[in-house]
Amino acid sequence: MSEKSLREAINEALRLEMQRDAKVFLIGEDIAGGTGGEGEEDAWGGVMGVTKGLFGEFGGHRVIDTPISETAYIGAAVGAAVTGMRPVAELMFCDFAGVCFDQIMNQAAKLRYMLGGQAKVPLVIRMQCGGGFNAAAQHSQTLHALFTHIPGLKVVMPSNAYEAKGLLIESIRDDDPVMFMEHKYMYDDKWEVPDESYTIPLGEANYSRDGEDVTVCALGRMVNLCNQAADELKGEGIDCTVIDLRCTSPLDEISICESIEETGRLVVVDEGYPRCGFATDVAALAAEKALRSLKAPVKLVTPPHTTIPFAPTLEELYIPSIDRIMTAIQEVYHSK
Amino acid sequence: MKRELLLEAYRQMRLIREFEDRIHINNAKGEVPGFIHLSAGQEASAVGICMHLTDDDYISSTHRGHGHSLAKGCDVIAMMDEIYAKKTGLCGGKGGSMHMADISKGMIGANGIVGGGVPLAAGAALKCKVLGNDRVSVAFFGDGALNEGATMETMNLAKVLNLPMIFAMEDNGYGEATPSTWAIGGNVLERAGGFGLSTHRINGHDFYEVYEAFGKIVEEVRSGRGPAFMHISVYRYYGHFEGDSSTYRPEGEADRIRNERDCLMLFRNHPVTGQILSAGELDQIDAEIIDLLDKAIEHAEGAPAPTEADLTTDVYVTY
Repeated sequence: MSEKSLREAINEALRLEMQRDAKVFLIGEDIAGGTGGEGEEDAWGGVMGVTKGLFGEFGGHRVIDTPISETAYIGAAVGAAVTGMRPVAELMFCDFAGVCFDQIMNQAAKLRYMLGGQAKVPLVIRMQCGGGFNAAAQHSQTLHALFTHIPGLKVVMPSNAYEAKGLLIESIRDDDPVMFMEHKYMYDDKWEVPDESYTIPLGEANYSRDGEDVTVCALGRMVNLCNQAADELKGEGIDCTVIDLRCTSPLDEISICESIEETGRLVVVDEGYPRCGFATDVAALAAEKALRSLKAPVKLVTPPHTTIPFAPTLEELYIPSIDRIMTAIQEVYHSK
Repeated sequence: MKRELLLEAYRQMRLIREFEDRIHINNAKGEVPGFIHLSAGQEASAVGICMHLTDDDYISSTHRGHGHSLAKGCDVIAMMDEIYAKKTGLCGGKGGSMHMADISKGMIGANGIVGGGVPLAAGAALKCKVLGNDRVSVAFFGDGALNEGATMETMNLAKVLNLPMIFAMEDNGYGEATPSTWAIGGNVLERAGGFGLSTHRINGHDFYEVYEAFGKIVEEVRSGRGPAFMHISVYRYYGHFEGDSSTYRPEGEADRIRNERDCLMLFRNHPVTGQILSAGELDQIDAEIIDLLDKAIEHAEGAPAPTEADLTTDVYVTY
């Protein structure tokens, strides 16, 4: 056990799985970087350096740089998965799903069903998500709801380095296509992470903290903001449960509903767009399956239904903040 | 060429023709659900190529995929059941005409998205490359898909990664209702050549030409000399889809091409065929295929439909 950044934890998960299973290979843009040039081989290890060193250990036939050509290489990863490999493709930014969505939505997600169960698509698509770097409208989105909407895809969003390692190993071993979303703001954040291999099952939420007054549901980086908000509110006598949902598909509905039964109050915090979004999905679940336990209206903390702005002043307003989360929890707590 | 090989080639082409003709007739009677795209007229391309492939080689196909599926070894009865939307179909009645596949035969799927199967075939080729075997992957696609970004991206990727892959573009003259001569800017082989692929123009009406040309191409690709591109001229006798009145084609065009260069006719009249096979042998195959399709239709009509229990299965392996 040692402290590792999210970047290091993901790298370690990839290394361990590539050592364990020769069918696992990585494909993407600049995941080595410098391939075919005269400069340094493995120059980048991905734009965020996540795959650094793997080219040296496993070679160019398992750490495959591609042209900037998302449809071709995401599609090739799907084709390789269908024929028995376990590719891990790096899409760089989840925003770039826009240029290869046919291969995600119409091929990867549907092949198993369309082919009457003949096909398995053991594919992981890793991608960055989230705001905070003033990267503006096309490099800051959190599109888990878009993927969750499509039957056949699993969607995972880890909240820290420990979670990321276990969830990524599980995702690589999973026989279905997994959209694995890494919050770019957390790559340097360190957590205690075991050196050995371990898995965290998909679809089992984690009670990140246990309290009896308000249930707060979140994913990814928002879990950490919720925990900070809960720390602050402890002083006011408000005791929160924070559920790290880990996955939006499969969704651990049972944990959400059981917690609502205990607290009677629900806040959902999400960095994705609000309309037909993940927060509304959880609110609908509460309305459908736990309404009689609710003592107060559900509160959703999301960005406004707008494109992500560039200006730091605006982006700060856009992303759910600890203050906004605290306010929502207070309102739900004090609601009669 | 060996007798057995020629008999098999004729048998497969005849099978595809009869399969498509029967669906054409039964669809007009209202007996076949869904969207149907038939490949009658294009048989020599599918058969001339797939006869060089084993179950360990891969193909991906298009919305017009019955011929490729049959040529790659998919079961006739199970395919007809699938087209008739039956539980016993190749895909359990969940895919239908546009999603025919049998992965155990290396047929990784027809595809409802124009160009959608081309990157998938690259993935199968990538598997062969990563594992270091001598298997290959063939992407069948039409003239319409040549203009899709997915296809052009994949041509580049295949070259850059030196994939054991063949791009088999079947130009049947029309992308839906629009002539390919209008829709394709520039020269097809120059475009493919621009990506660094070896390029080949092939008369897809002539089994012998397809078979011999692809034999050389696949040998090169298997030996690691990089991806190849084939521009195969074919013609579809029926419309883009069943129910298409085909008014975009000049009157009599389909009949003229059928009379001049039908692949079954050319095969029967070819001097090599005449030296090795008798007309009686080919007539006997015709009769056997008619019997086989009678059985397939009868089986499909009598087979059970999927039920409510099947609606939500096969979405995930585990969930």
